[in-house]
Amino acid sequence: MRRALYLLPVVLFLGLAAVFLYQLSFGRDPRDIPSVLINRPLPPLDLPGVPGRDDIGLKSEHITGQVSLINIFGSWCVACVAEHPMLLQIRKTGLVPVHGIDWNEKNPEDGSRWLKRNGDPYDRVGLDLGPPKTNAAIDFGVTGAPETFVVDASGNIRYKHTGPITPEVWTDTLAPMIKELQKP
Amino acid sequence: MRLPKAFVAALAAFLLAGPAHAVNPDEMLKDPVLEERAREISKGLRCVVCQNQSIDDSDADLARDLRVLVRQRLKAGDSDEQVVQFVVARYGDYVLLKPPFKSSTYVLWFGPPVLALIAIAALIAFFRRRRPEAVEARRGLTPEEERRLKKLLGDNP
Repeated sequence: MRRALYLLPVVLFLGLAAVFLYQLSFGRDPRDIPSVLINRPLPPLDLPGVPGRDDIGLKSEHITGQVSLINIFGSWCVACVAEHPMLLQIRKTGLVPVHGIDWNEKNPEDGSRWLKRNGDPYDRVGLDLGPPKTNAAIDFGVTGAPETFVVDASGNIRYKHTGPITPEVWTDTLAPMIKELQKP
Repeated sequence: MRLPKAFVAALAAFLLAGPAHAVNPDEMLKDPVLEERAREISKGLRCVVCQNQSIDDSDADLARDLRVLVRQRLKAGDSDEQVVQFVVARYGDYVLLKPPFKSSTYVLWFGPPVLALIAIAALIAFFRRRRPEAVEARRGLTPEEERRLKKLLGDNP
């Protein structure tokens, strides 16, 4: 019985290794920071338009009143190119309006050039060049692009998806959630 | 002993060089007091892109944006506390490099001291248990042991 005590460190080590292995393979991605904005009202938006697209921009009143998606993107963002066909497809379904925040561009026109090249899935697009002028992305607690927020009809943020929207994310998570929120 | 000039020069360069700062001169505020406060606040805020650097150390675009925003808030008259709350309201406690002391972080704060106490208690118990054996050894051999020892040494009675 006392002999068994000597095996204790090995048992502890194996237990710890198992916890680490589990976290590494199935655990939460440490880059995926939980948003504090869930179930909180949308931060006030008053963004100018992207030069070369329109000058309406993106303002709070464009968003409230119906369930919508807000997608943070940038012409510099590689993962956004990968996500783009999915956004175009979402636009085609007509299920939900998708608004864009064109974030952190070197030149204000980069976004409209990028949208001309890759297709434009957005209803409204606002330009956020960052502080000191605008800080919409920071108001949304954005850590990188792309990120997508689900906003309900009364203007509350209901969900945040970090990274590109894959077909699985759309069919398994976002589309069912949007349909649920659209129910009167 | 004479050191080569080049060596002395290199040594001086290493000793005089301070750590490189990510803060660009054009970001800095003209008011040195405000700038100093901005630096202090920035050192406590995590860069959410690189995660283990403060925004004061990081070259990431988002860290730069947050530095500019911190300075903007200070210039608008916010207190240090208000500036930190402004960022926490958007990114959560996660951005604080020093976690706040509250019920959800008790494990974090109390964990290490509690583990240390357990370790000390285990050590004390371990040495306490060993002592009786040592005392027994000093007491010498029993007559039975004496007899066996003599037998083993070939010293027949």
